[in-house]
Amino acid sequence: MEIAGQHPDIISARDLGLVACTRCAKVWPAGTQTCARCGSTIVSRDAKSLQRVWALWLMGVMCYVPANLYPMLQTRTLLSVQEDTIVGGAIQLVHHGAVGIAIIILVASVVIPLGKFMAIAFLAISVKRVSAVSKHQRQRLYEVVEYIGRWSMIDIFVVAIMSSLVQLNTLAAINPGRASLFFALSVIFTMLSAQAFDSRMIWDLQSKPEGSPADD
Amino acid sequence: MNAPAIPLDEMIVCPHCDAAYRLERPGAGERAVCQRCGTALITPRRKAGVQIIAVSLAVGILIIAATVFPFLSINAAGTSNSVSILDAALAFSDGPLIALSLTTAALIIFVPLARVLLAIYVLVPIVMDRPPARGAAQAFRLSEALRPWSMAEIFAIGCAVALIKISDLADVTFGPAFWMFAALVVLVVVQDNFLCRWSVWKSLDNTQTS
Repeated sequence: MEIAGQHPDIISARDLGLVACTRCAKVWPAGTQTCARCGSTIVSRDAKSLQRVWALWLMGVMCYVPANLYPMLQTRTLLSVQEDTIVGGAIQLVHHGAVGIAIIILVASVVIPLGKFMAIAFLAISVKRVSAVSKHQRQRLYEVVEYIGRWSMIDIFVVAIMSSLVQLNTLAAINPGRASLFFALSVIFTMLSAQAFDSRMIWDLQSKPEGSPADD
Repeated sequence: MNAPAIPLDEMIVCPHCDAAYRLERPGAGERAVCQRCGTALITPRRKAGVQIIAVSLAVGILIIAATVFPFLSINAAGTSNSVSILDAALAFSDGPLIALSLTTAALIIFVPLARVLLAIYVLVPIVMDRPPARGAAQAFRLSEALRPWSMAEIFAIGCAVALIKISDLADVTFGPAFWMFAALVVLVVVQDNFLCRWSVWKSLDNTQTS
């Protein structure tokens, strides 16, 4: 298999018999286990990486289900008590005419988490088999996933601000619902899952014959 | 496995795709970028150390001030309520949600604060040409590991969303802390972009061996 792109002379550190620290980029001979400069543990390819990715991914998915079923916000006014789930709250906003905010909430709390689940699963599967998607695109996808994951926390912060601010005795009060805990857990587990993914595996398959997994 | 022809100190390996290169230090303001995956490897800036220390100090002061002063206040039909960022972070304080309170407080106050303190601790000796502070490498590693968990800028967008949601329920006014926090978000981003991690590691390394 030829190396993709216009830089056929690029060799990976592993093929040179070297291992690099992913934290501080210092180069060591293969087999070094701790980086003497920054103290990180170094492995050429993290063989357990995928296991951790899948375990954390599953936790994230599992927490995401109750996050959508339980109420996120409980709004108590003089006459009524209203409980809203994430999607319900967004629909409520559309009824009030705040379409833009509803879109922000929907993107941050539904589109991004679901997209992340799919993207991480795709990346984890694609390093084990030959993929139609190019390595550059997958690297880009990984960077996007790592960057965008944190933004899902926005809904948690909105709930925090609203429920501390709107405490007007009998007039109106907003309280956080159980979903907020599950949602935060889901975001945190998904972030950890993305961090556990060893992106160097994306580039390994190119130098191997088709189909053989990149174990080390 | 063929033995490398170049000494290890003159090599750099992309942490994202493991591509190995012979080290060529870019000049100030230039960037060394991985040719394979496009990750920025070295991004030196002239006087970056002093600038980052200055920005870090400003960020630290702003975080403390923004936490203490009232952040937002709300007014509806004669009843009013004003909160600080700490109040907002601790909104989930009943029952099992207390864990969420502590997490939120950590993400928007303590992690950003810890990161600026660590940055100052690591960078001050480097800028003054002294040997690195004790445990500087661990400190910098911790600061880097905390980076994705520092969510001040996300909190700021959350504020904007919450304000619009509340504004048809009641009148909302900004406290001094709101503006401090707005400045803070910009500075945190600036601080992150000024920092050339490779250069910091390099200087931590040089002084250790010599």
